[in-house]
Amino acid sequence: MTRALALEEVHKSFGRVEVLRGVDLSVNRHEVIALIGASGSGKSTLLRCVNLLEPIDAGRIVLGDEDITGRRVDENEVRKRIGIVFQAFNLFPHMTVLRNITLGPIEALGLSRGEAQARADELLGRFGLLDKRDEYPDRLSGGQQQRAAIVRAMAMQPDLLLLDEVTSALDPELIAEVLDVIRELAEGGMTMVLATHEMGFARDIANRVCFLDEGVILEEGPPAKMFSAPEHPRTRRFLQRIIAAGRL
Amino acid sequence: MSIATPPGSPSPPLPPGDRRSRILGGRHWEGRYSVPIAVASTVIFFTVLVLLVVNSPGWPEVKRSFFNAQVFRESFPDISTRFLKNVGAFLIAEVFILVLALLIAVLRSLPGPVFFPIRALALGYTDLFRGIPTILVIYILGFGAPALQLQGVPRSPFFWGIVGLVLVYSAYVAEVYRAGIESVHPSQVAAARSLGLTRWQGLRFVVIPQAVRRVVPPLLNDFIGLQKDTALLALVGVLETFRQSQVDVAGSFNYTPYLATALLFVLITIPLARFTDWLIARERRRREAGAAL
Repeated sequence: MTRALALEEVHKSFGRVEVLRGVDLSVNRHEVIALIGASGSGKSTLLRCVNLLEPIDAGRIVLGDEDITGRRVDENEVRKRIGIVFQAFNLFPHMTVLRNITLGPIEALGLSRGEAQARADELLGRFGLLDKRDEYPDRLSGGQQQRAAIVRAMAMQPDLLLLDEVTSALDPELIAEVLDVIRELAEGGMTMVLATHEMGFARDIANRVCFLDEGVILEEGPPAKMFSAPEHPRTRRFLQRIIAAGRL
Repeated sequence: MSIATPPGSPSPPLPPGDRRSRILGGRHWEGRYSVPIAVASTVIFFTVLVLLVVNSPGWPEVKRSFFNAQVFRESFPDISTRFLKNVGAFLIAEVFILVLALLIAVLRSLPGPVFFPIRALALGYTDLFRGIPTILVIYILGFGAPALQLQGVPRSPFFWGIVGLVLVYSAYVAEVYRAGIESVHPSQVAAARSLGLTRWQGLRFVVIPQAVRRVVPPLLNDFIGLQKDTALLALVGVLETFRQSQVDVAGSFNYTPYLATALLFVLITIPLARFTDWLIARERRRREAGAAL
């Protein structure tokens, strides 16, 4: 198995608050990793650090076999290879869905307009959004917006896709359509790291579940074991609260 | 909803942003009597006002020196021809202001310690030119710059007057742009950068288009101020509409030409002001529609 991503002793502070306190994580190609943990445990920060949206204070992040936290790294080149989808979609409201999707491929990858549109159309068709191609984001439902945001990230043909609680801002009835898209991407072999509160979904889709607690990965393992027989008491307590809240 | 509505009133409630409610000041007026009441109170108010002015002791004298139809007819053609010079100065200045101000605003938003001197320069510029009265800037440039007798630099007061307006108004408009740039949520920049766009590309494709859209109404506000301030060019010897009216006043010993000039400015600024209001209202409706989804 080839390694797609590795985090080694990653530290990150905001002011005096140390959010990541030495995270180690290794992701193989075609693997789906679910990051679970309470709000504020550092899941989002971890994903933003991997995409270099936040500089790390110590440690190393390796993408493929390249240290992307080294000194002479072109962060724009790195970001072309890593897609990220945000909790609040972050579509560009002044652009049509199509333009949202083709902006990166045209301006960052240097594709021609025709190539980029063909790529966008193929993905929009695959995820049932072709009829929304020329709409502005505010005309779309939350679920459609988030699917469009996933398409936007996938149009860059990244080696790795990061999903930051992509269903947390959605009404319950819109969650399934977004999860279906992610499931299809997983079946297509996409390497993904997803921070999520959807435990049922994490159990179904993830190859490995990592429990992030107070800035470290406290426990990790296959979903069957993590959800039925977690070893660490804190993991057990977290899952009990989730079950009590009816989320599993 | 208004409590003034009589029970069983046939008039349907007006939706927000309705045409009639906008004209009447943005309130949701209802009831069958609201329009007649508004008309009556307006007529009474202005009748009283006019009667007060017309019956004042000095009115016959004021009427002779400010409202002379004969003088108006004679001076109006010249004054309105000169007004084209004001409109020209406005249009030329506006183009340069929009470009220069955006440049200053972008320079002021550059992040990081490396760009500190550039940010400081942009800050100094806006502080300086918002601090000096426009009239002084135009005097200093209009009389000072031509006196330098630099090779290849125009000496016309029209040129330097416009330069003065551009320098002053760019400082204001830069602040308007900057407010727009800062109103674009950082998550938009994050989304742009996450696609591998450079900082400059993010600014160009994502931040500036959204910022400019949001600040169009305040920009138009500054346009209105600029249009009025073109009259300041008269002070350095540009023969524009205000200067022409001064000439006519001196020739006829009558102040009516000033009123004619004022009328011309009002004729062009009022439509601009209403257009601005309309844009603001449209923007608000869009936001409300967006929030409702």
